[in-house]
Amino acid sequence: MYGWLWSHLPGGRVGRPVAAVVLLLAVVALLFLVVFPWVEPHLPFTDVTVNQGG
Amino acid sequence: MSVDDSGTALADDQPPAPSRAARRVPPPLSPGRRVVRTVGEILITLGVVLLLFSVYQLFWTNVSADLATQQVTDQIRNDWQFGQHGTSAGAPGSAAAPQTFNPGQGFALLHIPRLGTGWVRPIVEGVALDDLRKGVGHYPETATPGEIGNFAVAGHRATNGEPFRALDLLRPGDPVIVETADSWFVYTVDNTRIVAPTHVSVLLPVPDQPGVKPTKAIITLTTCNPRWASYQRMIVTGTLVETRPKSQGPPAALGSGG
Repeated sequence: MYGWLWSHLPGGRVGRPVAAVVLLLAVVALLFLVVFPWVEPHLPFTDVTVNQGG
Repeated sequence: MSVDDSGTALADDQPPAPSRAARRVPPPLSPGRRVVRTVGEILITLGVVLLLFSVYQLFWTNVSADLATQQVTDQIRNDWQFGQHGTSAGAPGSAAAPQTFNPGQGFALLHIPRLGTGWVRPIVEGVALDDLRKGVGHYPETATPGEIGNFAVAGHRATNGEPFRALDLLRPGDPVIVETADSWFVYTVDNTRIVAPTHVSVLLPVPDQPGVKPTKAIITLTTCNPRWASYQRMIVTGTLVETRPKSQGPPAALGSGG
């Protein structure tokens, strides 16, 4: 998987590691800004109110 | 032939590469090894994602919540200073109509000296996840600060700034102070109890007594229990003991840290 990804990244000797870092940062940003905030309410740490729905 | 020799011969069934350029290209993997390698890579990736989620939950939500808390606190103090009073609940017993606030609006400051010297968090209207990120949330429909009835707020015990992390330290008699635009309302803790998450009658004007007309002003703090599992709720209740106009200075109960 990562081998395939690496061989399909653009750029040469210098560009390819840069592209890899950019891709990694993009994935982490997507996780922190979209995926994790979406997952969070489904976990019990944030249930602090009393309500009918439990 | 030794074991080493046969192993090497199996793994290296290609003829030796003649040049450096050719050697740089690895031999193609057999389908079986390709599958095992991909599954391994996916598992490692999932592990890293879970680690990142712990960082998000244990560190990042607190950092961003602390920023939001500071921002709302500053905004509330700013509003008070420049006269845009978000609230002016009447003194207990006054006939003033109940004040309403906009969802997400910060309108008061909560001081609990037991939780730390100078411990202060903004109280915002609403108990949705977005509201609780900014401080503690006021249950809409419950009383306003100092009003006869039940002024109920909720706060996180873990993650997102965790204002009520140490709420279990509160003891009967501890002061819980609400600061509004023009008044200080000093409540003292009566008791702490653990209830089911659906036990909404703790929010009634007289807790657990539906239909009964309240005669005193109380405060209710709710948070999750146990801290990381939250299949119950911790409820702290207190009674108003002092109402003090801002002009008379902070109440003695606030201590020096306020």
